[in-house]
Amino acid sequence: MGNFFTSVHLKEDLCMGCINCIKRCPTQAIRVRNGKAVITKEFCIDCGECIRICPHHAKEATYDSPEIMKKYEYTVALPAPSLYGQFNHLEDINIVLTALIKMGFDDVFEVSGAAELVSEISRKYVMEHKEKWPLISTACPSVVRLIQVRFPNLIEHLLPVSAPVDLAAALAREKAMKKTGLPREKIGIIFISPCPAKMTAVKSPIGLDHSEIDGVLAIKEVYPILLPLMKQSIDDPQELRISGRIGIGWGSTGGEAGSLLSDNYLAADGIENVIKVLEDLEDQKFDQLEFIELNACAGGCVGGVLTVENPYLAKVKLLRLRKYLPIACSHISNGMDVDSFWNDEVKYEPVFKLGKNMKESIANMSRVDELCEKFPRLDCGSCGAPTCKALAEDIVRGVAKEQDCIHILRDYIHKLSDELSKLDIKK
Amino acid sequence: MSDTITMTYEVPADDFTRAGEASSNVKSKLKKMGVDPDIIRKVSIAMYEGEINMVIHACGGTIDVIISPEEIEMILKDQGPGIENIELAMQAGYSTAPDNIRTLGFGAGMGLPNMKKYSDEMNIESVLGVGTTVTMKVKMFE
Repeated sequence: MGNFFTSVHLKEDLCMGCINCIKRCPTQAIRVRNGKAVITKEFCIDCGECIRICPHHAKEATYDSPEIMKKYEYTVALPAPSLYGQFNHLEDINIVLTALIKMGFDDVFEVSGAAELVSEISRKYVMEHKEKWPLISTACPSVVRLIQVRFPNLIEHLLPVSAPVDLAAALAREKAMKKTGLPREKIGIIFISPCPAKMTAVKSPIGLDHSEIDGVLAIKEVYPILLPLMKQSIDDPQELRISGRIGIGWGSTGGEAGSLLSDNYLAADGIENVIKVLEDLEDQKFDQLEFIELNACAGGCVGGVLTVENPYLAKVKLLRLRKYLPIACSHISNGMDVDSFWNDEVKYEPVFKLGKNMKESIANMSRVDELCEKFPRLDCGSCGAPTCKALAEDIVRGVAKEQDCIHILRDYIHKLSDELSKLDIKK
Repeated sequence: MSDTITMTYEVPADDFTRAGEASSNVKSKLKKMGVDPDIIRKVSIAMYEGEINMVIHACGGTIDVIISPEEIEMILKDQGPGIENIELAMQAGYSTAPDNIRTLGFGAGMGLPNMKKYSDEMNIESVLGVGTTVTMKVKMFE
């Protein structure tokens, strides 16, 4: 890969240079330099925590504007299941889907429909690959990226199956091409997304050589457009729904794992919890689990930073919506046949490495330890790094200096003024 | 400048909430040093097992980890009761862990066998009533 794309970016004029984001970032990817937050792209996993925490709204996710629809002759909306959890008193998913058509899309293809196929494929894969147990879900792009840069020993456990949205994009394009006869580039496949990481997954996919998604709209931007259109659709919604309980369940935590129809799984959500599970998994503390579902956001996709509703309420709403739906509506045997496995190898990217070779690493690590002894260990963040140790590593990497620590600087100034006063006396 | 780096960890007695802290710290350091993932796996499992042993059986102790470009050496030292029969303790499934420990999911009798399995060299010196020193080495290149 090498070309690190991250969808989180900074609105510089709003950034006050406070320490909220550097403290919250789970991969310590942010530093405050010259009074502004700077993201080290290689370290960022697009979890969106900094967007959530920033009190000045200076962090923003990159996503497309609805204008992108005009670029294509024929457009298909791919609504994430979490979208359905945003609305009050919604009784029929077709109302949302019809509103999307009224918004200007030529067709809709539910991501939850593809999710049901992914569930079916995963069920089979998990049963046939006991040697890889526990298999780790790859639906959350932040988790996959985290594993790629920080948990090399777990890469072999990744479920090498396309995420539902990628499968949905491929199926939707195929369907649109058949229906319209248009070439692929004239068809726009637009994802309605709860999270910024999916934008990154479009620009630099992991496990797939390219993404079939042409644009990503934020749920929070589509939401106000859909509300009036949904009112118009209540009485006469089109029959567009292609998913049932399994597909819609994917919108919140435990949905994917539950769809494997085994209770031998673990589902964790919230990035800090995910990291704890991965650490323990790496130490082989869990054996005999079949499957591990991990979502960077608390609550699962309904907790994405681009959503509107409280994630736990959204989860309840999804549960209510699912209640009278069939278990599943999309099945592999229905003639949908698209290659759903990863076609690109996922390689460990040791982005946090401190040296080019072992000798240099040992020297640098010793230097980090030495520096840490010198620092006050308050982890105050005033230097712009989240912890004293992170500052020490920055110094070793050559991107910061000792006197960035205000405590070291203060001692230095004291010493200097002492010496100056001694000079004064000598005179 | 020295070619090795030494880290020392205190392992507290009977505190399961902190057991594994030392090995996870070493793991994160090895990753930052760019050590091969397979080597990291061996070190972290071997050391975790040793650390847990110290918590369960030995009233805590200290662990020295010495990293050189050639190998990672772990020296686990305790002033615990000592091991009565090392040969027996090395057998898979043999355990002297008390019931309250077993209910926590430990004490399967795999500690020492796993330490041996995941290290390239292992040496145990134990004196009853005085303590035990376990030295494990994992080579950087196989």
